[in-house]
Amino acid sequence: MAEIRNYTVNFGPQHPAAHGVLRLVLEMDGEVVQRADPHIGLLHRATEKLAESRTWIQSLPYMDRLDYISMMCSEHAYVMAVEKLAGIEVPIRAQYIRVLFDEITRILNHLLGLATLGLDLGAMTVFLYCFREREDLLDCYEAVSGARMHAAYYRPGGVYRDLPDSMPQYQSQHTRNARTLAQMNANRQGSLLDFIEDFTERFPKCVDDYETLLTENRIWKQRTVGIGVVSPERALARGFTGPMLRGSGIAWDLRKKQPYEVYDRVDFDVAVGKNGDTYDRYLVRIEEMRQSNRIVKQCIDWLRKNPGPVITDNHKVAPPSRLEMKANMEELIHHFKLFTEGMHVPEGEAYAAVEHPKGEFGVYFISDGANKPYRMKLRAPAFCHLSAMDEMSRGHMLADAVAVISTLDIVFGDIDR
Amino acid sequence: MTPRLQRLGETIEKVLGRKPVERLGELTLEVGAADYLATAQTLRDHPELHFEELIDLCGVDYSTYGDRPRERERYAAVLHLLSVRHNGRLRLRTFCPDDEFPLLPSVIEVWPSVNWYEREAFDLFGIVFEGHPDLRRILTDYGFVGHPFRKDFPVSGYVEMRYDPEQKRVVYQPVTIEPREVTPRVVREENYGGG
Repeated sequence: MAEIRNYTVNFGPQHPAAHGVLRLVLEMDGEVVQRADPHIGLLHRATEKLAESRTWIQSLPYMDRLDYISMMCSEHAYVMAVEKLAGIEVPIRAQYIRVLFDEITRILNHLLGLATLGLDLGAMTVFLYCFREREDLLDCYEAVSGARMHAAYYRPGGVYRDLPDSMPQYQSQHTRNARTLAQMNANRQGSLLDFIEDFTERFPKCVDDYETLLTENRIWKQRTVGIGVVSPERALARGFTGPMLRGSGIAWDLRKKQPYEVYDRVDFDVAVGKNGDTYDRYLVRIEEMRQSNRIVKQCIDWLRKNPGPVITDNHKVAPPSRLEMKANMEELIHHFKLFTEGMHVPEGEAYAAVEHPKGEFGVYFISDGANKPYRMKLRAPAFCHLSAMDEMSRGHMLADAVAVISTLDIVFGDIDR
Repeated sequence: MTPRLQRLGETIEKVLGRKPVERLGELTLEVGAADYLATAQTLRDHPELHFEELIDLCGVDYSTYGDRPRERERYAAVLHLLSVRHNGRLRLRTFCPDDEFPLLPSVIEVWPSVNWYEREAFDLFGIVFEGHPDLRRILTDYGFVGHPFRKDFPVSGYVEMRYDPEQKRVVYQPVTIEPREVTPRVVREENYGGG
């Protein structure tokens, strides 16, 4: 009889289905995965170490570069941790803006997650649909912060500036005639809030479109139902959070259970799965997009009615306005000290967590009273989820291992930090 | 201090006989390395505590902390625990007794999710977790030497990598850059600027 032995497949780091730089060493018995050993760290940039040599404000833009699909949520955990340590009050309008952009970010993230899950399982159309909607949301990012991805918009004490009154418009180009141009700019005539509102009107219909393509699709169900099943007990033991935990049937959402900012004032439901498989997690993420849309609408209503400051007037943590700085000696000193020496945070330690689209994203600071953190630890949700890869893919076919990677919704900026 | 936090603190004191410290709405419990594993087990299994989820394990090097550096016990592991059932959080800190060979028991039997976190703390700080089944490096390069998050490890590292056109392969060489202090570290004295 011929000798039968397992062989090892090296999956990635340049494989498109590896969602970045994942090197996965798979031990295969035929086409069945016996053991999966993810090798991570190919994108390790030592963000936590870098933060130790930079001031509290200088490290903030690194947060965008962690999970580069949901930028502002990571910033949110960072500024919340600084605010907790330093005891900074955040104006209510800034809190609403943060919630608004957290939910926009959640939609952005789930759209990409859905698009890539579709792409990995062979559904090309949904990928194109999702990217169409992502484009509008990235324009919101751009309008508010000037950058489509790395926003650096949240600051300790509030947000960098108020929402703009106008949206950037498409310019004329030789490939567009006047009518097309007018059509493209039709929903960009008003303020950013008008643009977002227009999006929230359209978006439920778009989600219906994705669902028409996938939810009852026979092939989609064959590829996702019963794949990567995690029981509620295992999900807790493996440290799952976010949609991964809710997909297994545990109604745990930090926005409801440990509300931060103004989440206790907005109305939304938490989607919970039943079987803990890829299909349930897909449904949870779809429903979360609808709920985020609801929250965004409520935030728009509130923000329309209630103008006000968007950043704290404590100039030890937030810079004074340009005008004040030019007119007033004291403000000039504040400005100079803030940007040369940085802010001082009292000695102590704090952990702040937000319900990031992928799970619980936490920032743990140890401060020794200096103008730099003594130690910063980032709790990335995907790091924990990927560590369960072996358990989730064991006994599945190679093609299903791809579905499992995709359903984990991992991003390597986040895992490798 | 919210009533919920107060209750949790009292429960922990009742069960473990040790009072956690409350600050900024968070509870911190410090245990010695000898009690670490038993405490972890109790925290997970006691029905009134039930910290079934380990959120994070963070290695810390306290050697240059503040203006009074620690003489001994510089390495610590900080665990963040979450109880989904009781909706509570707890921070658990343990210092490694030996600085030359920082060693702690692994809690992988208690919380399987700690697997990669312990590998990370081993990789970055050199804390060895006794009983961990697969304590390999995780974030740094294959064949990396040293533990980069220790405070005496320079930000620029010791070696750099480049492609050598003569040997037609990638080679390692000593770093050619020096770490640069952009903003000096300042710890202000008490009552700076009159408060």
